[in-house]
Amino acid sequence: MAEAAQMQVSDEVAITIQNMNKWYGTFHVLRDIDLTVQRGERIVICGPSGSGKSTLIRCIKALEEHQAGSIEVDGTLLSSDLKNIDKIRSEVGMCFQHFNLFPHLTILENCTLAPIWVRKTPKKEAEETAMHFLPKVKIPEQADKYPGQLSGGQQQRVAIARSLCMRPRIMLFDEPTSALDPEMIKEVLDTMIELAEEGMTMLCVTHEMGFARQVANRVIFMDAGQIVEQNEPEAFFNNPQSDRTKLFLSQILGH
Amino acid sequence: MSDTHAQSVAFVRETEIPQQPPPMLESGAVKWVRENLFSGWFNTIMTLIALYLVFKILVGAAPWFYNGVWDAGSIRECRDILAGKTGACFAVLVDRWDHLVFGFKYPQDAYWRPLIAFLLLLVAAAPALFGKYLPRKMLILTAIYPFVAFWLIWGGTLWLPVMVAASIIATAMVFRLVEGMAISTRQILAGAVGLVSGLGLAWLLFKGAGELVFIANNIGASGLSIVPYILFWAAGIFTYVCFIPMGIFVGYAIYQSAEDGGLVTIVTALFAIYFMLAYLLGPVSGTLNSIIPLELQAVPSRDMGGFMLCMILGTVCVSLSVPLGIVLALGRQSNMPLIKGVCVVFIEFVRGVPLITLLFVANVMLAYFMPPNSNFDLILRVIIMITMFSSAYIAEVIRGGLAALPKGQYEAADSLGLNYAQATRLIILPQALKISIPGIVNVAVGLFKDTTLVSVISMFDIVGMIRGPIQQSTDWISIYWEVYGFAALLFFVVCYSISQYSQWLERQLQTDHH
Repeated sequence: MAEAAQMQVSDEVAITIQNMNKWYGTFHVLRDIDLTVQRGERIVICGPSGSGKSTLIRCIKALEEHQAGSIEVDGTLLSSDLKNIDKIRSEVGMCFQHFNLFPHLTILENCTLAPIWVRKTPKKEAEETAMHFLPKVKIPEQADKYPGQLSGGQQQRVAIARSLCMRPRIMLFDEPTSALDPEMIKEVLDTMIELAEEGMTMLCVTHEMGFARQVANRVIFMDAGQIVEQNEPEAFFNNPQSDRTKLFLSQILGH
Repeated sequence: MSDTHAQSVAFVRETEIPQQPPPMLESGAVKWVRENLFSGWFNTIMTLIALYLVFKILVGAAPWFYNGVWDAGSIRECRDILAGKTGACFAVLVDRWDHLVFGFKYPQDAYWRPLIAFLLLLVAAAPALFGKYLPRKMLILTAIYPFVAFWLIWGGTLWLPVMVAASIIATAMVFRLVEGMAISTRQILAGAVGLVSGLGLAWLLFKGAGELVFIANNIGASGLSIVPYILFWAAGIFTYVCFIPMGIFVGYAIYQSAEDGGLVTIVTALFAIYFMLAYLLGPVSGTLNSIIPLELQAVPSRDMGGFMLCMILGTVCVSLSVPLGIVLALGRQSNMPLIKGVCVVFIEFVRGVPLITLLFVANVMLAYFMPPNSNFDLILRVIIMITMFSSAYIAEVIRGGLAALPKGQYEAADSLGLNYAQATRLIILPQALKISIPGIVNVAVGLFKDTTLVSVISMFDIVGMIRGPIQQSTDWISIYWEVYGFAALLFFVVCYSISQYSQWLERQLQTDHH
């Protein structure tokens, strides 16, 4: 816990979101989001379901369009310009709740596909990169298997390795442990903690409050499309300010 | 139990119980027979009845095969030999074997050519069908095969298919070249291509307008034909009015496309090259042939027949309609309204029309729309119609496969930075096609059997041969079972092989075995 707090956060800004709004049809799903993320920061976003937390990080990844306000990632403004979208997408890695590995490709092929086709890395080099990251997520011996032959936890770790192979500067996690058995949650969290210790900028939508306490240097609580409260983990958990946060925390920590 | 209960609550297993084979009655053939044939009194009765029926059918049909006459010149001779016994007259298959297989007009001394083409088909199909087990380089054979087969079956000069192949290779090289260009070079190129194709399109439309008016005058304004008369005139005038704006529009659109990677440029350049080459192909290959003659006796399409015709139509149409179906299915999913609209209209129109109608259009109607004296090969017309028909069905099957993919697959591909073409080719299609295999095979098998429909537009495929030259001849009048049975057998062998292959392929592509 202590070492996590010491992990350095630079003054460099990684993501700036200003006054961002998004609607699904007439439903106002994100309202006036303002958020600045420093490089090296580890942010946990929590909140009840339907509060817009997944939508927020999906907007950063340009998987969803926002209708008002601005998102800037590493100095690149996210607009409808395809070049900017491609640039941001290749600099930001993402892990999904349901892993979304490609079931028709082996683990190794899953990891080398994007570097080969997007970054135009030679196949051999891409495989070396993959074999560098697969041991880090502790599954080198499964490289030639197919995703369907792996457990959920292993699949999620492969998904993390697959993102890392693109050498992203920012990682987004969209409820990475919600679809996993309790025994497997820990192995995925361990991988994420290691990643955090290496100084990766991370935004995690998760309900793992233990992870938030241990790794995060900021916790954001969202409800009804708005950022209700954000604070350092100690203060956030021990001394929540808003009633909505208190209610939420009592419900998820209460048992 | 209650007195031992207290002791068994706290329990730690220290040894593993070893695996043991299941009891005799629960394994192997005994189990299968017991579970599937005699699992209850009802099933037992049904099994016995079925066995009895199978026995009766076999006993009843056996003499027909057993007494079959293989050596006779006509159905009367057969009956004389049989002398009242039940028996088949297989002699018709021997006597008319050539007609059943090649049709009655294909030159006899050239039978070896389609035979070799068929054997080569097996060789050429292997790398495409069993790619995993054969070297990738063998795909070259698959690529060369269409040209070789065309030459073998239709004859004529070898230079024609060679020229077509050369032009395809040239286009591929142009594609590579344009792909590697800098954006600014590409823009200049796109401007030039836009100008040329705009002018070309305007010219084509101008000619087309004249053609429409010509057709209108051909139809004449008397009686009921007043409606098409007016329609064609109106279309002609419309085309006259808009050929220049259309040319400008298309030219400008191509120029604009250079900024988005120049896809349209490339495609237009390819088409332009094709059109130019199409005019040159005949003369150039003729000249080459007079220098180095490489020629087989030419056989016109009208002379193709028998099972060979079914095989030609089946193979060509299946291999064309799968890629076309993929394009249509992707087009129908497109975000661009124009592309989506064209695909939806095409699919819905073609699916809504019986194949026979399309074949009649190919046979009769298209001639009305052609300039006089133009010679548009009949088999080519039929191939176009059948391909259109089956590609619409295949498109819908593949659309089902696309819809079955979880949204997460698209998102994962997007989030890794793959562009549309890469995501489609590497992620989406391999999975969607795998899901679609049973449906595609279903359409392919149906298509192959539907090739016999060409007999209604007086082409002599195997069914046309049987209905016409064989059953109408004085020697084999009113022979049914033997010839139709033989045709059925041929089709069954091919269709069953296709279906077995597809099942094998599905097992091969299975990756989710735990």
